Amino acid sequence: MDAYVDLKVFWFLILGILLMGLAIMVGMDMGVGTLMRFVGKTDGERREALNIVGPHWDGNQVWFILGGGAIFAAFPTLYATSFSVFYIVMILLLFSMIMRPVAFEYRSKVPTQRWRDSWDWVFLLSGALPMIIYGAAMGNILEGVGFHFGWDGQYYQTESFIWYLLNPFAILCGVLSLSLAIYQGGTMLMIRGSGALYDRARNYASVGGLLALVLFVIGGFMVSGMKGFQLISGDPGMPANPVSGQTVEMVKGAWMANYSAHPILWLVPLLGLVGMVLGVLALRANKPTLGWWMGALAWIGTVGAVGTSMFPFLMPSTDNINQSLTVWNSTGSEYNLIWMTIFGLIFLPIIISYTAWCFRVMRGKVAAPDTQDDHAY
Amino acid sequence: MDMLINPTVVELSRLQFALTALYHFLFVPLTLGMTFILATMETVYVITGKPIYKEMTQFWGKLFGINFALGVATGLTMEFEFGTNWSMYSHFVGDIFGTPLAIEGLMAFFMESTFVGVMFFGWERMSRKAHLVVTYLVALGSNLSALWILIANGFMQDPRGGTFDPNTMRMQFSSFIELIFNPDAQAKFVHTSIAGFVTGSMFVMGISAYYLLTNKRKDIALRSFRIAALFGVISSIGVITLGDALGYIDGQKQPTKLAAMEAIWNTDYNTVSASWNLIAIPSRAEQKNVFAVSIPYILTPLLTHSETTVIPGIIQLEQEAKPKIVNGIKAMIALKEYNADHSNTQALTTFKQYENDMGYGFLAMQFAPDQDLKKINATNLPSVLDKTAKDTIPNVWVEFWSFRLMVAAGFFMLALFAFAAYFSLKNEIEKHPGLLKLAMWSISLPWVAVEFGWITAENGRQPWSVFGWLPTFVSASTHSVGYMVFSLIGFTLLYSSFIAAELYLMFKYARLGPQEDHHGHGAEPAGGGMAGQPTFAKLSMDRK
Repeated sequence: MDAYVDLKVFWFLILGILLMGLAIMVGMDMGVGTLMRFVGKTDGERREALNIVGPHWDGNQVWFILGGGAIFAAFPTLYATSFSVFYIVMILLLFSMIMRPVAFEYRSKVPTQRWRDSWDWVFLLSGALPMIIYGAAMGNILEGVGFHFGWDGQYYQTESFIWYLLNPFAILCGVLSLSLAIYQGGTMLMIRGSGALYDRARNYASVGGLLALVLFVIGGFMVSGMKGFQLISGDPGMPANPVSGQTVEMVKGAWMANYSAHPILWLVPLLGLVGMVLGVLALRANKPTLGWWMGALAWIGTVGAVGTSMFPFLMPSTDNINQSLTVWNSTGSEYNLIWMTIFGLIFLPIIISYTAWCFRVMRGKVAAPDTQDDHAY
Repeated sequence: MDMLINPTVVELSRLQFALTALYHFLFVPLTLGMTFILATMETVYVITGKPIYKEMTQFWGKLFGINFALGVATGLTMEFEFGTNWSMYSHFVGDIFGTPLAIEGLMAFFMESTFVGVMFFGWERMSRKAHLVVTYLVALGSNLSALWILIANGFMQDPRGGTFDPNTMRMQFSSFIELIFNPDAQAKFVHTSIAGFVTGSMFVMGISAYYLLTNKRKDIALRSFRIAALFGVISSIGVITLGDALGYIDGQKQPTKLAAMEAIWNTDYNTVSASWNLIAIPSRAEQKNVFAVSIPYILTPLLTHSETTVIPGIIQLEQEAKPKIVNGIKAMIALKEYNADHSNTQALTTFKQYENDMGYGFLAMQFAPDQDLKKINATNLPSVLDKTAKDTIPNVWVEFWSFRLMVAAGFFMLALFAFAAYFSLKNEIEKHPGLLKLAMWSISLPWVAVEFGWITAENGRQPWSVFGWLPTFVSASTHSVGYMVFSLIGFTLLYSSFIAAELYLMFKYARLGPQEDHHGHGAEPAGGGMAGQPTFAKLSMDRK
């Protein structure tokens, strides 16, 4: 059974890495989409912005899809419950995610102002909305979600979606997530852009980084003061069934328990802070590549801080707290996790290698395409 | 049971899944086929060094790109829709069904999507051979992607490699080998990806025919036509052969699907003279075909590849289901008792005894008073049995006709490809404008075939989401009707505007055709020597 517990923890870490990879890579493209109308005053500048992420947005988006697939396989009950409970926002997320590839492919294929302007709004919407939802979902999960299970493992929802959308802490997390995406997108625009685009991107990215810094600190204090969840009993090696098998308490400050128990974990949020501060400084010093990596560090620290607070909780329930989803009661079976581990260990390094290769091949500054050129994005 | 399952929500969830899946599948087959056709053209370019083949690759690549974007976009919906709308399904089989989906992302989709950007934009940034490798990686990625998706689908059709665990209330992954070597999955993968090749061939051949008819870039059109026609002959033979194999495999595992597909109501024990319905108007109420044109003596060999195998009819299959339903009800009642108290070993023993029929207990739930199996008694049992047994049969009318439309389209295309290839190889194709017109007007046929193929496979699996184990009825998320109306309206609006934009652009660029002037884009600044190539973004290294 010990191996099973190790596998569960391992997949919790992988889940974290996927959520980080998704935030960094997809967030970057989303940030570019959000900023496009603002950094690009002319059609040429906007196309320059688009073509900066043009060769990569598709590959980056797979982080999102892989995240979905990996949660499905490694945390089936989490996948089933979270996606259904957040139905309205998940559908809005999907709508904006599916508008984006279409916008990339179609925007520049028709030369009229009206056509292109419409798609530019799509870029803004489909960039900002998913990032707000990404952060807001994490915020909601930290606060606990209203659901419980029937005997057969079917979930039942007991909170209206209005709450998820209009809840102050969740909104704060949503704006934090959007700010980091704007930072990351702006940094990428600086790396491969030039001229006025570069200057504007630098300003927006710096504001994004500073805003993220402030919100991260405020959010941290809010988390330390809110009612967190604490596992009172529950065997880590238990068969994955959320219906029964553990007892949970809701305690104020419980989300700080892991930090108190292992002070070294403070390094995780600290990394995030360092990333944000050094990142903004790097941009001011015109070092966008360094800034990009600092942005990645900021995401790692932010997503990591949430995971560190919550472990072993994945999605706590406010409705029946004993049925909260944890790493122990909602992972896949041991056999499944072994196979997933094998495939993950083989393919993740391969994916990272060829992604790096593709970025290397396509590196360099991008110029605005000719207005009549319908080959470019 | 917390609250009753709302049949309207289940039906709306099914409608949404069917619409989004059928829509997604408008784009996938063309991606599957076009990637290999592009790779073939580029291979010829690399071997012969003739620039025209590069131009061909790039021209067809542009049309491919318009299609590819929507394939990716609508694929997102599919990956998340199990979670958003089929929570019980995801909980029940996620441990085994989610795994191929995750592996698909890791092994295939990442590769396809990462390299496709370089394939479009990287022509000038690497050697010819390196670019060819990239194109092949995109083709390999998209087809591997289909492999893993169909392994997942194979599990729904014929659940192998998983075992039900009463402690976790779900099917758990127990054999990787059984999962991936599922005969249904293997046959269906080959059948589906070759169907993609047929689609790509028809697309290229039809548009090339249009160029030949309108005298546009004959050099490109003739070559493209020939490659597509040859690809088409081989692949339509393949798709029909594998379709037959798939029907044979499904027939053994899902006799209800086979009976519905052929509209066989009564079992004909005289296997030699048993007749096959060419066309029929099946009536569910009367449990017979109100009209049929049948051909005697060919049913048994056609469907079972033997002379002696009896094919059970629908009426017999319904009767055979009844004892399973009785057992299933016992299994589910025992399972619920065991879950309320895990020390109740007697309930566990009872469950184990009837475990293999538990799906039929699930299925009976919708016909039990208050959806509670415990409320079934001697008085209402016959009616529950009757309704449940009838429910084990998929919609015969839909199954019978979608199968026939698919097959008819398949054979028609085989004939068309054969003639086209013959005249193309004889260099006489331009003397047959009728054939060219037919090729042009047949462009939509592969889509008819693949969409009805999907309906045949998935409608035929009903009432199950996982055949024999989990009914579709209990698989859906517990949404309100309002939620479903919201998402359905959204999907309809979005997808309709996408298809309008896609068709507009597809027609625009297909009509435009490859540019006559090799230096048609000579006005482009920078990046010298990129004549006529879709360099997309002009990249210059000299700026800050």
